[in-house]
Amino acid sequence: MERVEERVAVERMLDWYRRMVLVRRFEEQTERSFRRGKIGGYLHVYIGQEAVATGFLDAIREDDIFFASYRDHAHALLRGTDPRAVMAELYGKATGVAKGKGGSMHLVDVARGFYGGYGIVGGHLPLAVGAAYALRYQGTDRICLCFFGDGAVNSGAFHEAANLAGLWGKEGMCPVVFVIENNQYGMGTSVERASAVPNLARRFDAYAIPNERCDGMDVLAVYEVARRVVEEVRRTGRPYGVEAVTYRFSGHGAADLFQSYRTKEEVERWRQRDPILLLERRLRERGALDDARKAEIHAWAEGLVEEAVAFAEQSPDPPPEELYTDVYGADP
Amino acid sequence: MTEMTYREAIRSTLVEEMDRDPTVLLLGEDIGVYGGTFRITEGLLSRYGPRRVVDTPISELGFIGAAIGMAMLGLRPVVEVMTWNFSLPAADQILQNAAKVRYFTGGQVRAPLVIRGPNGAGVQLSAQHSQSFESFYGHFPGLKVVAPATPADAKGLLRAAIRGEDPVIFLEHAALYGIKGEVPDGDYTVPFGKAAVVRSGHHVTVVSYSRMLHLALSAAHRLSGEGIECEVIDLRSLRPLDMETVAASVRRTHRAVVVQEQWRLYGAAAEISAQIYERCFDDLDAPVERVTGEDVPAPYARNLELLAFPGEEKIIEAVRRVIA
Repeated sequence: MERVEERVAVERMLDWYRRMVLVRRFEEQTERSFRRGKIGGYLHVYIGQEAVATGFLDAIREDDIFFASYRDHAHALLRGTDPRAVMAELYGKATGVAKGKGGSMHLVDVARGFYGGYGIVGGHLPLAVGAAYALRYQGTDRICLCFFGDGAVNSGAFHEAANLAGLWGKEGMCPVVFVIENNQYGMGTSVERASAVPNLARRFDAYAIPNERCDGMDVLAVYEVARRVVEEVRRTGRPYGVEAVTYRFSGHGAADLFQSYRTKEEVERWRQRDPILLLERRLRERGALDDARKAEIHAWAEGLVEEAVAFAEQSPDPPPEELYTDVYGADP
Repeated sequence: MTEMTYREAIRSTLVEEMDRDPTVLLLGEDIGVYGGTFRITEGLLSRYGPRRVVDTPISELGFIGAAIGMAMLGLRPVVEVMTWNFSLPAADQILQNAAKVRYFTGGQVRAPLVIRGPNGAGVQLSAQHSQSFESFYGHFPGLKVVAPATPADAKGLLRAAIRGEDPVIFLEHAALYGIKGEVPDGDYTVPFGKAAVVRSGHHVTVVSYSRMLHLALSAAHRLSGEGIECEVIDLRSLRPLDMETVAASVRRTHRAVVVQEQWRLYGAAAEISAQIYERCFDDLDAPVERVTGEDVPAPYARNLELLAFPGEEKIIEAVRRVIA
């Protein structure tokens, strides 16, 4: 890993650290806001998994695109979507990214290539395959990332999407990277209890899609794989599968308080490898982070989160006439 | 005007739209090398190549989902379902993604695609291959649902569907592919939500669409011999639904019969009847009659199948009941 570290400039690593701290603070705030009744519906946070989206989204180009599941706050924030608009969406306000009509599970920012978070497990995988086809059909070398959880690999959608991607990839027509964010649990059911073959990357073997696993707690490891895979997919127009092995520290959703399906010891064991902690250690070893700088970064993140909350609180509700907009487009 | 079949009307529209717009492409099972189960896409593979006429595996959820993704990125896919019965594995994609993505993204993501293929009851195809989906898909806001009854409408509605901004459920009827009709020349579209008064009459309004329109017309012809004049309306699209034309007609005739091939419970005819009551209660001289399929899975035996779906006789009996 030392070799990898040398290839990645320390400034880039510091930038990851800033982004990961922002995502963490933001989501901790959303959990508080949910408990206070400010955020409704479901709320699925990404706490513990930050290294995965950080590494992948830093490895793609500005004009590349991506899809995500319902655990999608980090993806929007890491891509540079205004934290105020993300928070406002969670608060159901007119100033939210989807005008308050999507909520936590449907963040979106097409201007930055984010084609949305989707609420049905595995349901967005075929969309990503078609989107990748379209990018090639239009003669570009843009690529598509598709993030999804370990639960999705057991859905029919995964297998149909992977088969199409494998087929279309043979013609160089499917530049998609499937990113399994394996956080060990589909709600309360562990990977071992849900998957006949718990090595999820191997699922891609059946569809002639090259694949590998990576340490999803280590942003350097994720980035290294992501950078190589993204460039290969861009060059070949063929799909690739990556299983990032990670862990979620919070419950499945904000309503999952007791987590009877796992032990405190297990969570604690994974916390020792908290992706922010791991990165912090590396930066300290390199002399790029000291207590003062760390405090500065955390204060900056907290400031942005406070600003986002204030913005969401002060924003207006969607006007009643929004109820009927965005159902249909203009008549032909 | 040119005379052509319903099948030729659909095929020629696909060709014209693909010639006009390179973002239009076709996907479906056996639409390329095989030429299409109902020969709609015959010859198109050699004309446009495999990137625009995409033969898919038997994998509706996958390829319909992929077509939705293509539409999100600016293409205009036209998907053929071999029959609408096979759309069910893809219902999650159609109902959860295509219908709603515009709404839940606040208008940022759009999915203008057309899904087309034969709908409705067949010739002894039995339970899994002989049913209608207009109410099922018509229930979901965000989708448009059209069901042309004539070659001219097949062409005009399909053009509008391909050029529109919304996901369109385009319900053809296998029993109509061979019918002939006059089709206007040139580049015309038939807008959604504009019903056609196909036959004028003053005794009763008969509302229908797709194949049932033709049964309604021949029933009207026979009733005319007895001095009963039916006004026959072709809805053309189920969502949007043109109740203005229906209500205006019922206000003249004071009687209504609604004909559909599909099951009675929760069907399109129930919605149309309810809206007639809402809009025309004071104008009605008799309760609205519904002529529908029986509430059973389609049977195989020919005699039972004939009992299960509406025929001309059932329409004639219903008209007589509302006139009496």
